[in-house]
Amino acid sequence: MARKNPDNGPSLDAEQLFALAPQLRELLKGVHQIELEQFSMEIGDLELFIPTSGTGHAAPHPAASPAPARVKPTSLIRESYFPPNAAFPGKIREVRLGATRAEGGSRSKSLTIGGATTPAYFDFGHPPRHPPVISLDVFDMPVGLPKVLKENVAEVMNDPAEWARMNVNKFGADVVTIHLMSTDPLFRDATPAAAVKTVEEILQAVDVPVIIGGCGDPKKDAEVFTAVAQMAEGERLLINSVTLDMAESKTLERVATAARDHGHVLLAFTGLDLNNAKELNRRLYEYIPPEQIVMDLTTVALGYGLEYSFTIHERARYAALMGDSELAHPTISAATNAWAAREAWMKMAPEYGTRELRGPIWETINALTLLLAGVDLFLMMHPAAVLTLREIIPRLGKTGAPHADQIADWVGVRI
Amino acid sequence: MSPDGQPETGKKRKSIKEISPIDVYKLLPRTNCAECGEANCMAFATRLVNGELLLVDCPPLHTDEYRASREKLERLLAPPVRTVTIGTGERAINIGGKYVLQRHDFTYHNPTPIAIDVHDLMPEAELLERVRQIEQFAYNYIGRTLTLNAIAVRSVSGDPTKFGNAVRTITGASHHPLILCALDPEVMAAGLAEAKERRPLIYAATETNWMAMADLALSHKAPLAIFAPNDLALLRSLVKTLLACGVQDLVLDPGTFADEGFPDTIANFTAIRASACKQFDELFGFPLLGVPLTVWTGTELSEDVLTWREAITASMLISRYADLLIMHSLDGWVLLPQLIWRFNIYTDPRKPVTVEAGVRTFGRPDAKSPVLMTTNYALTYFTVESDIKVANLDCYLIVVDTGGLSVESAVAGRNFTAEGIAAALKSNNAAGLVTHTTLVIPGLAARLSGETEEATGWRILVGPKDSSGIPQFLRERWPPET
Repeated sequence: MARKNPDNGPSLDAEQLFALAPQLRELLKGVHQIELEQFSMEIGDLELFIPTSGTGHAAPHPAASPAPARVKPTSLIRESYFPPNAAFPGKIREVRLGATRAEGGSRSKSLTIGGATTPAYFDFGHPPRHPPVISLDVFDMPVGLPKVLKENVAEVMNDPAEWARMNVNKFGADVVTIHLMSTDPLFRDATPAAAVKTVEEILQAVDVPVIIGGCGDPKKDAEVFTAVAQMAEGERLLINSVTLDMAESKTLERVATAARDHGHVLLAFTGLDLNNAKELNRRLYEYIPPEQIVMDLTTVALGYGLEYSFTIHERARYAALMGDSELAHPTISAATNAWAAREAWMKMAPEYGTRELRGPIWETINALTLLLAGVDLFLMMHPAAVLTLREIIPRLGKTGAPHADQIADWVGVRI
Repeated sequence: MSPDGQPETGKKRKSIKEISPIDVYKLLPRTNCAECGEANCMAFATRLVNGELLLVDCPPLHTDEYRASREKLERLLAPPVRTVTIGTGERAINIGGKYVLQRHDFTYHNPTPIAIDVHDLMPEAELLERVRQIEQFAYNYIGRTLTLNAIAVRSVSGDPTKFGNAVRTITGASHHPLILCALDPEVMAAGLAEAKERRPLIYAATETNWMAMADLALSHKAPLAIFAPNDLALLRSLVKTLLACGVQDLVLDPGTFADEGFPDTIANFTAIRASACKQFDELFGFPLLGVPLTVWTGTELSEDVLTWREAITASMLISRYADLLIMHSLDGWVLLPQLIWRFNIYTDPRKPVTVEAGVRTFGRPDAKSPVLMTTNYALTYFTVESDIKVANLDCYLIVVDTGGLSVESAVAGRNFTAEGIAAALKSNNAAGLVTHTTLVIPGLAARLSGETEEATGWRILVGPKDSSGIPQFLRERWPPET
């Protein structure tokens, strides 16, 4: 394959994109069985962090005597290692997105997210119950996008349905998000009826589950979401999003009951604050079953506070697994927020590389960081970032594959 | 180590979260001498358990009188992951020293240094050029300079003389800490002979060479890495054996598998760190070395793909407990996210996310100077501050309390509103600062401009979406046309 100098590298072309995921086709065929190795060390019941080593499993080794006199060992002192059996009392709820005809909707298949019983990729014994999924964005009006993002979608930016089709067919989206930006009273103030029509077009254009994005105005969003929920009866849309602001504006009940009555799922959005996240969920439980709630705890760009997002997601997930059921919901992350960082989109001095590479790696690392923190669904845009996630997510689900020989002589490798 | 040779586990130690200031206070001199700068010993104890001060900050404790207490305190406060020092002098790096598995439980210490490789078959000019690039790579991030930290010298030739020559060239050209990489003890000895007094990290002891590597580590007083790819039992065995040999400063490399074995790599790193921090397994209580460079051992892919993979491997290992990284790529787009993510994840999560609301003055503003506005989210504020300072602008910046949210989130979440802006103009007496009534709001708050003009009576100029555009924006738009 071509060896190019990445410094001079133009944007990634399609061939390179697929080169980024050489195992993709094979993986999608499902030829590899998931292998679970040496994971069941049943020791008692439900003990957290059972001491992993020594403590009774290994026969005391003669060489391990306490003698402080330093007689240098002449052979390796063998120690044992037993992987921990990390069992947690809590479990993340499973939430189904989209509905097939049999399930009351019109999607070709539905997706389930959540179900985690351990922190993400924590040990060998607990691959994710449902691998995280990826949604690609569609906007219902032209929006200002960084050049590196725009060039991939320029030809479909005025046609949401076509854009949605491209996301699924060309970039492999599991889910499509339609952002109803035009409904914003401060922009175009498009009517709920117009928004309903756009959503209908999207539902006809693609057969994957759909996420409905609002404009952020708690009153207008309530009108739009209610109308869309009615029209798309039974489709199990994910409504993005409901907020404590809606509770304040007295519109939360209306949206939540519409989602319940017409068979949809709510995304509860809060700003990096677990108390608020819990409060919003408690309010929603009054109207809708917890299995119809997903959380957005806020994703901040790398360099602009990703560490706050990382830590809030880790805290929420640990708290939920330790038994806090108010946080035991799947989470989503808008990895596209990575593009808010200037390092993602700005032209910089040549030593920092081209933005054609910097931008997508920014979105990718944003997503991968929160993947490790347990996020179940990613909102993404750049094809290279999407392909990377599509390669890594299935790979991370199956342990037991390292070939020690491959890296045994990394010290001497010619690069 | 407990008498039966098993690692001390469980209840024998307290985690840093369980240590109370009282536990520490009892062992301090309790004279309230205030030499540490604190009002009394209790205040010192509180800051000590918070990780804000160190034992060395208490001078009396380091006199003979308090030796027994000091040793008890050192044991009490020792991190479950030991600290290992590589290099000497100002650029020496400390790795490890971790107290907790999760950042939110305390804070992470000793940001992951990044070493870049060179090797002994590079012509001298190429070697020197690469060293120069490693030394010069830097990025200014909210007022801090982020840099690379070390050089890993690899023996590709397998020839002691060539390795020694390469090490000599590098020690002459750079003061960066070194990692000497050769699995043949004879080659390692030749490298070490050229790096005397530099305290390089020796990479690495393996199942077959550990005895000779232990001797080299002891005779050169250098830290020693252990390489046991995907074999945690072997890794523990080697730690146990090397400790028995008297080598105390160890670094653990359970192998970095960047493709098929990547989940195992993540699981191994996690298991080792969890054992150390949760069960206090002393054999795993050492810093972890990640080697994203191993992506280059695969040959079947294009260079772009391998570079991309090295970038994502490095970032995930920084998140998953790597205390030191060895990388190959010097591409800016690869290194920039690593340096920034490392800086971020090592900040103290207990520190507030906010800066104080109010007016900040930059340069020497007068009654005609621009009035800008931003939120009190710390990273937003510092980014704006840095851009204004770099451009030497004379202006006022009003910081609005948005509950610590960035502009975009605050607008979406209604924490940054026309009413809030009006209140901030009033409470900060903006009308008294300047004689004009024009306010520059962030570009990401553009949708608020109409409402804000109504709510404040001020004319609103929508500034750039990113504060890097402020200098150019003011050049073109200030003073505003009347």
